[in-house]
Amino acid sequence: MTAIHVLTATARLAPVQALAAARCESDCALEARQLSVYYGAFRAVKDVSLKIQRQKITALIGPSGCGKSTFLRALNRMNDLIPGSRTEGEVIFEGCNIYAPGVDPVEVRRRIGMVFQKPNPFPKSVYDNIAWAARINGFRGNMDDLVEQSLRQAALWDEVKDKLRQSALALSGGQQQRLCIARAIAIRPEIILMDEPASALDPIATLKIEDLMHELVKNYTIIIVTHNMQQAARVSDYTAFLMMDEDRAGYLVEYGPTDEVFTNPKDRRTEEYITGRFG
Amino acid sequence: MNTLSAPSAPTVRYLPEGDSFRSHMAARHKKGTLWLTIFQAATLVSILALTALLYNIINQSFGWVAVRNQVEPEALAIEGTPLEELSKEQLITILEAYISKGVMRRLESEKPFSVRSREDVYQLVEERVINPEILRSWPLADSLLRRSAIHQEVVETFPGARLQFRAWINPQFLRAPQSANPAKAGVRTAMLGSLWIVGLTILVAFPVGVGAAIYLEEYAADNPLNRLIQTNINNLAGVPSIIYGMLGLAIFVRGLEPVTSGAIFGLSDPTTANGRTVISASLTLALLILPLIIINAQEAIRAVPRSLREASYAVGATHWQTIWHHVLPSALPGILTGTIFAMSRAMGETAPLVVVGASTFIAHDPTGPFSKFTSLPIQIYQWTARPQDLFRNLAAAAIIVLLVLLLAFNAVAIILRNRYRSKRREG
Repeated sequence: MTAIHVLTATARLAPVQALAAARCESDCALEARQLSVYYGAFRAVKDVSLKIQRQKITALIGPSGCGKSTFLRALNRMNDLIPGSRTEGEVIFEGCNIYAPGVDPVEVRRRIGMVFQKPNPFPKSVYDNIAWAARINGFRGNMDDLVEQSLRQAALWDEVKDKLRQSALALSGGQQQRLCIARAIAIRPEIILMDEPASALDPIATLKIEDLMHELVKNYTIIIVTHNMQQAARVSDYTAFLMMDEDRAGYLVEYGPTDEVFTNPKDRRTEEYITGRFG
Repeated sequence: MNTLSAPSAPTVRYLPEGDSFRSHMAARHKKGTLWLTIFQAATLVSILALTALLYNIINQSFGWVAVRNQVEPEALAIEGTPLEELSKEQLITILEAYISKGVMRRLESEKPFSVRSREDVYQLVEERVINPEILRSWPLADSLLRRSAIHQEVVETFPGARLQFRAWINPQFLRAPQSANPAKAGVRTAMLGSLWIVGLTILVAFPVGVGAAIYLEEYAADNPLNRLIQTNINNLAGVPSIIYGMLGLAIFVRGLEPVTSGAIFGLSDPTTANGRTVISASLTLALLILPLIIINAQEAIRAVPRSLREASYAVGATHWQTIWHHVLPSALPGILTGTIFAMSRAMGETAPLVVVGASTFIAHDPTGPFSKFTSLPIQIYQWTARPQDLFRNLAAAAIIVLLVLLLAFNAVAIILRNRYRSKRREG
């Protein structure tokens, strides 16, 4: 893939880092190293280091305001769009730091897709929602095939195949969210970030999204932020628990396989949170 | 009654109960009713003001007029055939009988009688021979309420005159150019002037204004310089228009005279070679409405939901792709509305045009950016300033034309916006 070459060519990596990156390349899709995010003077995320496993679902949980969404958005440089935000530390993707000078955030986002809390399809037709995403990235194949394939992968094809030319805004909330997922996978990212993708949906639509995630994880690495602990337990392979300190800065408390975090947490705070004693 | 301070109360009550509560309640409702009355009165006052304005305009635009013909049409009948049915040749003989040889020769040299149509000659007879003159006009209210008194007055003071009901706003008024005779004067030159000026103004101000808004909202960093620019633009929107007139006079009329007079393009004619042209007026008004367009467009761009931008960025769109494909289409209805409001402002602006040098009397249509110009508000101003009463009626009629044009603009804006909105909803 030429995109990788661009990333590695433009980013200046120290040899030691390159070695370290190479070591984790087999099973590690993304690695945050001492990642901190600031909004102006306020530090929202403090020194989070995390290795995301390839083709697994990693859930980020934690109380409100602990910086999980901010951390997630830092993983594909979405925070760049917020004026006054600043990131320290590194995010290693495909062997290089996405925050290194010379890395184009547009390319980062093209390869690390994102699905948001509130479904946000474009005010265009169902078809154009997917086609536009592909077209701006220079897609030159058969657009009809791509749209169908993406919609099938998002388990939406049967519901919308007769209304491809209708406005995406006419779909139900759950359908809109799956359309956003279809749009994200149409451009073949390596990683999909999901920021509470089901929190605005009813239980049935939520279940469909969760089933979809189980399908998608065969081909993609998924990182999901969720408020819903049952959801984290149901869908994820790994769970990271974040909390905020006295300065309201989020930090990582515990990270491990979901089974262990939920059944046998190492940290007392994780246990208290999971059993519902706070948060 | 006051339970709050009752010492014997078993528990301290901080809120009124029973009768005290009810009387308290009544006072609260009374206060609400009072405010409601004030708001209703305010609405009533504004409605009254508007009604008074409309009444005034309508009152002046219609009504009885006393008309005296120099020669009665009946007197021109030849052998029992009324004037309307006479042939072209007979009409020419009438003309020859009533007007001097010199005038006939001039008419002949303007356009030979042999090629003039019958209607043309008939019009000449009407103008030159019958020559109706409006002696006095009465407003609509008087015309309706004091009919007999007016009749009486006409018989006494204007012997030989007829009373005629006249709508000052009529097709002829829209078609005729400016004239010193109130019966013949029209607003065509002023209307065309206004349309030329506003059209060119929008052509200049819209792209520049929207461009500046995009830069300021999407690209400009938050630094002292840009904040200063922003503050300046906000303040410019409140600068009195006469000052823009002075600016336009200095820059476009004087400074850029070779350009605005068209001399540089070889288009100059001796009457307009001084830069007091449509293009100077347009550029001045463009400066005037630029801050309005910028501020409105910025508001519209700011109102685009962040979720839409994020959706675009998240699929790997660049900044420009996001702006072009999502931000601008979504902001367009708001931008259009702001632009049309600015356009209405330009349409009604008078002071800067006076300074830039609007002609107060031109009888030929503007033909392009380098023509001399007048505009509707200028024409209205000029007519109201005339000493003769009859021009007041013309001014009222011109006001109706101006208002209808402005309402039409706004209607077009609303239709465009609604169509665009529903189109986006349907995808």
